[in-house]
Amino acid sequence: MGEKLLKVENLCIDYKVKDGYLSAVNNVNFELRRGEILAIVGESGCGKSTVAHSLLQLLAGGNAKVTGKAIFNDRNLLELKRQEIEKVRGREIGMIFQNPLDSLNPVYTTGWQVAEGIELDGVSKEEAWKRVIELYKDVKMPDAESRAKSFPHELSGGMRQRVMIAMMLARRPELLIADEPTTALDVTIEAQILRIIKALRDDFDTAVMMITHNFGLVAEVADFVVVMYAGHVVETGTVFDIFDEPKHPYTSLLMKALPRIKKTEGRLQTIDGSVPRITGDFVGCRFANRCPYATEQCRTQEPPLVQVSGTHSYSCFREGGDK
Amino acid sequence: MNQSPIKEFFTSCYKNVNFMIGFIMVLSVIVVAIFANQIAPYGYDAADPTSILLAPSGEHLFGTDNMGRDLFSRIVYGTRITLQVALIGAGLQLVIGVTLGLLSGYFGGPLDKGLTFLADLTYCIPGLIMALAVVTIIGSGLTNAIIAISIVNWASYTRMVRAKTMSIRNQAFIETGISFGESSRSIMFRYILPNIVPVIIVTVSMQLPGTIMSTTTLSFLGVGSMPPSPDWGLMVSESIDYIARGPWMCIFPGLALVYTVFGFNILGEGLRDLLDVRMKSQ
Repeated sequence: MGEKLLKVENLCIDYKVKDGYLSAVNNVNFELRRGEILAIVGESGCGKSTVAHSLLQLLAGGNAKVTGKAIFNDRNLLELKRQEIEKVRGREIGMIFQNPLDSLNPVYTTGWQVAEGIELDGVSKEEAWKRVIELYKDVKMPDAESRAKSFPHELSGGMRQRVMIAMMLARRPELLIADEPTTALDVTIEAQILRIIKALRDDFDTAVMMITHNFGLVAEVADFVVVMYAGHVVETGTVFDIFDEPKHPYTSLLMKALPRIKKTEGRLQTIDGSVPRITGDFVGCRFANRCPYATEQCRTQEPPLVQVSGTHSYSCFREGGDK
Repeated sequence: MNQSPIKEFFTSCYKNVNFMIGFIMVLSVIVVAIFANQIAPYGYDAADPTSILLAPSGEHLFGTDNMGRDLFSRIVYGTRITLQVALIGAGLQLVIGVTLGLLSGYFGGPLDKGLTFLADLTYCIPGLIMALAVVTIIGSGLTNAIIAISIVNWASYTRMVRAKTMSIRNQAFIETGISFGESSRSIMFRYILPNIVPVIIVTVSMQLPGTIMSTTTLSFLGVGSMPPSPDWGLMVSESIDYIARGPWMCIFPGLALVYTVFGFNILGEGLRDLLDVRMKSQ
């Protein structure tokens, strides 16, 4: 277990909307060490991406109110000035986005774009180009030399995502944030991309923060898991804690929604309803309206944080999760 | 993948009649301007008191003016002025319009509000009147006339660039650039600008005829080029007193102007068809 790299404390993000504030993220805490892969799991609209974007101050300017701390290498990312955060972006923290299809500049060759980033660190053109070819080989890009001279529209989705990864690794960031990196890709490519991310973690000791809604993917790569629901962290733990002993009903329900090979449970399970919009004064458990075990207590009181072990904790009144 | 987009573009250029005709017309004007010294049989200010107001003939193709100067030569030299107007005018408007448009579209907020207000304001004032006002303040002369026209025209560039910037700045690759540690300036000029070049080219080619016309009008009104410059607008205005005795004095500069402006116009039309994707799909 490496040294601590990122510590998020009491992170709250509220969006200003017409009728007050929309609480997108509330009181989120987690830690990330070097060489560790942390997965943030949850449905659409749970605030996963909001957390990731807030770390690099990428939230749409003006109407997001961010409080709390995100200590990265002894600095609070949330308080950095514009010039300072510009230096952190790409250099110390790289970010891969959901949609590789639109994430590259259509008017330049992909290699040029990657090289451009390397040149930001004051590397010469030829040197940068050499690094690009190396990086392309690192991300298992077939025919690296000629792909580097291709325009984005000439590459497939998987290749473009590799370019994105190459781009973000170009400057050897200490932390790589992957915001649903494989959502737009098919399963075979997904497996390859995950393998690349894992290999990079092993080779460079990069910490990875992976944002996903897919528990299958979590089982594949993650060391630690943070399960989020409606802006709250409902359960955290190592991947074994979460998979062997899910405590929060939401975690277990999410896992039931995973397609399995054995057809023991008939149709694929779903969770009814959708993530609520939390505005103003909200009391009680945010999952209460969809939770099959919700009681009166859940609707009136904030559930406590229960520590199962040193690594595993959840916030629910019930004990023993779904069983 | 084999046929490069640039090659493909040139192939479609050949097929676009508007573009080709406009291109040939504008090219002919450029060629005449470059080789003016070789083409023109006389100097543009070579007055000959013995041959005043001669009708077009083999010796003086377009006739001579009230001072005995060869009109054909003057018109040939005039192409230089016209192209100079087009180049400097478009350049000035581009620099002002594109920079402000990028700033306005990229940063938004109060800056955008202010600039949009300013652009709307310039739009409200009739162009020629404002240009005259500007020339009155900064003084007459061709350069000042061009500056005045640019001050009037920058708004349409700014609007166009602003709108395009706003639509592009929300695309994913801009976010990639930002999260890659690029500064705002490099996002604007290296990420957004290259992506709106087609729009800018179209805007320039649509605005050029207007710029040429307005500057010529200023010269015609006597606040642009000063005699003995072979500016077409000035030539037409000099011909007013002799319109009955030597109508060629105003006809030929007028035709030259029409030819040039028409060329730029249909070139712009053609370019728009070729470059503007939205129009293409219709």
